[in-house]
Amino acid sequence: MKCQKCDKPATCHITELTNGTPQELHLCEDHARQYLTAGAEETVAGKGMAAAMAQHMAQQMAQQMAVGQTAEELEKLDQQACPVCGITFYEFRSQGRLGCPNDYLCFQSQLEPLILNIHGESQHAGKSPKGNPGTSHQRTQLIRLRREMKEAVAREEYEKASELRDRIRAIEEDAAP
Amino acid sequence: MELDDLTRYSGEWLRGVGPESDIVISSRIRLARNLADYPFISRASDQDRVHILNDLHESIQDIAQNEEILCVNVEDLGGVDRQFLVERQLISRELAESRGARSVTIGRAENFSLMVNEEDHVRIQVMQSGLDLDTAWERINRIDDQIEQHVTYAFDETLGYLTACPTNVGTGMRVSVMLHLPALVMTRHIEKVFRSLHKISLAVRGLYGEGSQAMGDFYQISNQVTLGRAEEDIIKQVCDVVPVIIGYERQARDFLVREKQENLHDRVARAYGILRNAQTISSEETMHLLSSVRMGINLGLIEDLKIPVINELFIHTQPAHLQKLSGTELDTTDRNIERARYLRTHLSSQGPRESEKN
Repeated sequence: MKCQKCDKPATCHITELTNGTPQELHLCEDHARQYLTAGAEETVAGKGMAAAMAQHMAQQMAQQMAVGQTAEELEKLDQQACPVCGITFYEFRSQGRLGCPNDYLCFQSQLEPLILNIHGESQHAGKSPKGNPGTSHQRTQLIRLRREMKEAVAREEYEKASELRDRIRAIEEDAAP
Repeated sequence: MELDDLTRYSGEWLRGVGPESDIVISSRIRLARNLADYPFISRASDQDRVHILNDLHESIQDIAQNEEILCVNVEDLGGVDRQFLVERQLISRELAESRGARSVTIGRAENFSLMVNEEDHVRIQVMQSGLDLDTAWERINRIDDQIEQHVTYAFDETLGYLTACPTNVGTGMRVSVMLHLPALVMTRHIEKVFRSLHKISLAVRGLYGEGSQAMGDFYQISNQVTLGRAEEDIIKQVCDVVPVIIGYERQARDFLVREKQENLHDRVARAYGILRNAQTISSEETMHLLSSVRMGINLGLIEDLKIPVINELFIHTQPAHLQKLSGTELDTTDRNIERARYLRTHLSSQGPRESEKN
């Protein structure tokens, strides 16, 4: 694919999330850098956090390109999917919303710099739930099992579905607050 | 309590009382929470959404023991009713416009609302008239604890409360103060104020949140950072900066009174004149003129009107409110005529109607 602004190959693929509708941009490295640095401050100031985040992610991509990561490597990163909810990093990048609590673990290496850039901190310092947060891993499993059950039903694998249902029930009863 | 009951009142955030209420309209805190055992909304199935609503039922019942609430199934509402709740700032545009099972629970005095299945599973917000974030925090913290007794929140020791968007992770808290800053707009100093706020990572939004125009010279100042600071520290940061902005606005008003007395008085009087006499008027023009009148009252240039009456007109002249109040659906042309009629009635020289609440 060619860059939308010149004849060089497009190596940066940017999804803009401003105005609600995603807009795809395919640019060469030079034009991407130009695009991302132009009016950066104003965009962050005027368009709110979601846009700022999308912009930061695009910047991060450009930086990764600069340190020599190839388009293929980035593509691989994009295709990485959360085993619990099934969302890919590309889907998160284009929607700006994560799919489940486990994504914070699954995409940790990509999210860490993003979170640090947004908040300037990486350690929570506020209130904590008073209940038992120790069960949260078990609860994340529920999300995965329910999804697998739904998929099993869709494939008409009813035996597997009923087995999954029993496991879900067991965890639900075990973890009832 | 029914949805239509709300039309007769003006809600907590428009009472026009509380500290600094000539400039500070309201203080608001919201918390974003998710249940640990469901995917976030973007990946939630229809069934998940129903389960989330059911799981939160007990929590909502618990809140209902302390105060009268109204629980509304947003999916069942017509377009005008949804817009009506957006105009009253009880639900977000996102909740109004999305699809699938979702609800809002509203406190009787409209000083709290709880959205289920918005961007996050739970969005709690508490509003106070004037500058009063401490009361808002005390209240929302208690409601949050109450809800948590019946559900397990998605929480991580390092990252805090886990949210659908990493911009909210940590405390999940957005603290905002709505300010009326007409003099800073008139003297063209508002941009400078914004730039200095952005430098200390505070956000500025219009009346209806992200992306909305600064209608009627209303601005919401809020925190951007949600991680790495305690709730009290985030509140303090906003609390510390608001008096500074109030100071700038007062300086700008003093300047206008001192140096541009005739221009200022003329502008206020003309705005009042148009609002009392227009036969058809758009929402934008109404907001713009009401803003001048509001400042005129605060500066003693208009003496026969009270702030709560003006505050109420800002909301009652919005499209969905006009349609609820007149009891019929109206197109833009008819709304402009109805809006002008409503303004003439409520601003007539026979003296304004006392707010029905009083």
